[in-house]
Amino acid sequence: MKEETAIHVKNLTKKFGAFTAVNTISFKVKKGEIFGFLGANGAGKTTAMKMLIGISTPTSGEATVAGFNVNTQPESIKKNIGYMSQKFALYDDLTVKENITFFGGIYGLTRKQIKDKRSQLVEELGLQKIVNELVSSLPLGWKQKIAFSVALLHNPKIVFLDEPTGGVDPITRRQFWEMIYKTANQGTTVFVTTHYMDEAEYCDSVSIMVNGKIEALDTPKKLKEQFKASTMNDVFLKLARG
Amino acid sequence: MKRFIGFIKKEFYHIFRDKRSLFILFGMPIAQIMLFGFAITNEINNVNIAILDHSKDATTQEIIHKIESSKYFTITASILNETEIETAFKKGHVKAVLIFEKDFSKNLGKENNATVQVIADATDPNTANTISNYVTAILQKYQQKINVAVKTPYQILPKTRMAFNPELKSVFMFVPGVMTIILMLVSAMMTSISITREKELGTMEILLVSPLKPFQVIIGKVVPYIFLSIINAIIIVLLGILVFNMPVQGSYFLLAAESVLFIITSLSLGILISTVSASQQTAMMISLMALMLPTILLSGFIFPISSMPLPLQIISNIVPAKWFIIILKGIMLKGVGLQFIWKSTLILVGMTLFFIGLSVKKYKIRLE
Amino acid sequence: MSISVNNISKSFKGKTALKNISFEVKKGELFGLIGPDGAGKTTLFRILTTLLIPNHGEATVVDFDIIKDYKSIRNNVGYMPGRFSLYQDLTVKENLEFFATIFGTTIEKNYDLIKDIYVQIEPFKDRRAGKLSGGMKQKLALCCALIHKPKVLFLDEPTTGVDPVSRKEFWEMLKRLQNKGITMLVSTPYMDEAAICDRIALIQDGEMLEIDTPKKIVKHYSKTIYNVKANNMYQLIKSLKSYQHNYSVYPFGEFVHYTDTRTDFSPIDLQHYLTSKNLKNISIEITQATIEDTFMELAK
Repeated sequence: MKEETAIHVKNLTKKFGAFTAVNTISFKVKKGEIFGFLGANGAGKTTAMKMLIGISTPTSGEATVAGFNVNTQPESIKKNIGYMSQKFALYDDLTVKENITFFGGIYGLTRKQIKDKRSQLVEELGLQKIVNELVSSLPLGWKQKIAFSVALLHNPKIVFLDEPTGGVDPITRRQFWEMIYKTANQGTTVFVTTHYMDEAEYCDSVSIMVNGKIEALDTPKKLKEQFKASTMNDVFLKLARG
Repeated sequence: MKRFIGFIKKEFYHIFRDKRSLFILFGMPIAQIMLFGFAITNEINNVNIAILDHSKDATTQEIIHKIESSKYFTITASILNETEIETAFKKGHVKAVLIFEKDFSKNLGKENNATVQVIADATDPNTANTISNYVTAILQKYQQKINVAVKTPYQILPKTRMAFNPELKSVFMFVPGVMTIILMLVSAMMTSISITREKELGTMEILLVSPLKPFQVIIGKVVPYIFLSIINAIIIVLLGILVFNMPVQGSYFLLAAESVLFIITSLSLGILISTVSASQQTAMMISLMALMLPTILLSGFIFPISSMPLPLQIISNIVPAKWFIIILKGIMLKGVGLQFIWKSTLILVGMTLFFIGLSVKKYKIRLE
Repeated sequence: MSISVNNISKSFKGKTALKNISFEVKKGELFGLIGPDGAGKTTLFRILTTLLIPNHGEATVVDFDIIKDYKSIRNNVGYMPGRFSLYQDLTVKENLEFFATIFGTTIEKNYDLIKDIYVQIEPFKDRRAGKLSGGMKQKLALCCALIHKPKVLFLDEPTTGVDPVSRKEFWEMLKRLQNKGITMLVSTPYMDEAAICDRIALIQDGEMLEIDTPKKIVKHYSKTIYNVKANNMYQLIKSLKSYQHNYSVYPFGEFVHYTDTRTDFSPIDLQHYLTSKNLKNISIEITQATIEDTFMELAK
């Protein structure tokens, strides 16, 4: 049972002064699951995620990520997770190859491991033509796909994706989700925050945060049944509008 | 006109709500004046001097002894004739030479006055000035002592000569210098940053797609900084007068008019910078590298222009700050009127017109 | 015609941003420009708002030429750029007043037009714009773009980065503005927002893929789409992609949208194939094409 839970959150709370950004949230994410972490702007998603990836200390409550306690072992957590955000993913002024080498390096891969990983990525993503190009010259979709692969370089147990596909064209977006499915199928847990409801439909289970609390938590199918809605977007609208 | 006033109102909101910048804006001139004012210290210790004693009598020996026993001077050499003075200075061993005239004691006794000549190495003008003051003080003290016994007071006349820099060009130079830097900084950097900030925010797009004419946007951006710069100039002059007893010999009205001219020169430079930079960061870098450094280094503020190599002397002519410092010095220290500084003034006017013309030509009514 | 675009092309340093774009927007129409980031939407907006000059082609906005009569256009249009372009350090009211004055009008004069929207943000009128939530900022930006009663309103990705509730409200506001006779050109990367527009243009890599009403665009999709589902998503996609008759395979929420190359395709065959790949709980059903399906087909 302990092996099967990738993330275990219990009464996690974060306060900034008098303002409670995250209000006693609890949930579990199974190993190899695609977990959608949804909510409107300012609902507390980012704050909650920062606590889970070990860069922010909770005010109270507990959470275990990849078997490590967020309060006491944040450094161990960082070694065992991958992280990618829409805001920052890769260095624009480095080539694809240099980015892979750099991120491989900071995750402590040996030179040989980096080289192997790089040829593997080039092969899988079909990067032969662009591997020596500057990242800034690539279309957004490519950047995001490469960034995701880079986040997986060190074979993390869990990968956190912060709004990974915003603004990407529909075909590339689907290629991205195919990569996510593949990753999850290999046993890596995928934790996705987004406020794009169409992405929620792809997840195995979904939590919706409203004003710092988790107001709904289930599979997309069950949530839609529960709220008598045809899409996750409608579920969200019903939840937010009460 | 109503549109324009609305625009200026908005600019003042920006300025007064950015507490940190506001603090820097007004804190900086005060801090800089204090820093420069007190960093130019009046203390000297164990300065090496040489003595040329033409008379070699009891009185000169006594004075030399007095000087040597003070903690301020160390006598490192005795010089035998005038020609050795130059060599001593050039070798850099001594900072000053004291020359006692022939028959010093006799003159003092017979005619009641005798002369000591103090020649100081004024390549470091502040030290030179201080040295001569200290020597004079020591001589006066000695004089008081010997005068107690006699009816007609003896007079020892120290005659000072500043070698290499006879006008002592850097004395009080820091006030005009700091004023120049601050006005340049506030006017050029602040305007260029405030214009590029609109570009960065994307609000420039909206302003362009509005009936507001481009020159209204530019003038609207500039007006608030004219006010702030004037306030800064007043603060600096007041500090100079009140804290450092700096004299303002010339007309205050001329001083104000010339300052406004320099503010406008700097503002036009700021506008020019904003037309070529896309981000606040670039604007700041250009302002610092292309404006601040020449203003500090090539304007004659810290390093006298006359002692620069010729190429730099030529380059210094295109630095607006050089001309403004000449003007300030003329008005504040020499008390001259426009008839003596019209040339520098004309150069500044010319530069301003050139920068404005260039900015108007460079300013884009579109994004490209 | 409120907007008429004829063969517009634009490139930046040899990189083509727009290729031969032509379309027209009728007076009072709500026209959607649908496409991903980098499709050229913002460039097109900037050309039409006279901020950029095209390399080729011509365009008019409210019958004014975008190059010759740029000043007249600037007096007659409202523009809401993609980023949140208001003064963060000014309050809600100050922002609105500022934009009213530079357009030579007052809030009172055109209050009717913005009333619906403004009452929602009025309780926060003394708050700095930078401290507003995403949805509030967007409403304020809309008010500021409307304050001079423009004939045409350009909205560049107004709903990007805004939560679903605010997005829905925003589109409802646009619908109400349309009733007041304002022509609107709106861009969005979200396919699901397209349905609200009168007509839409699908755009990718600087080219128009299709221009029509949302309903007709969906009808252009000629193939039958099947919703396929099974116990393991990843295996399902992999199996479908290696199926020899597959025409397109796209994950679509909890389903996979599958189309077949054959005209006499029978779902039973596919069912057998998937079963042979060890998939369980297989379901295959016919479904309706969406705008996203059409987009992907056209962009293929």
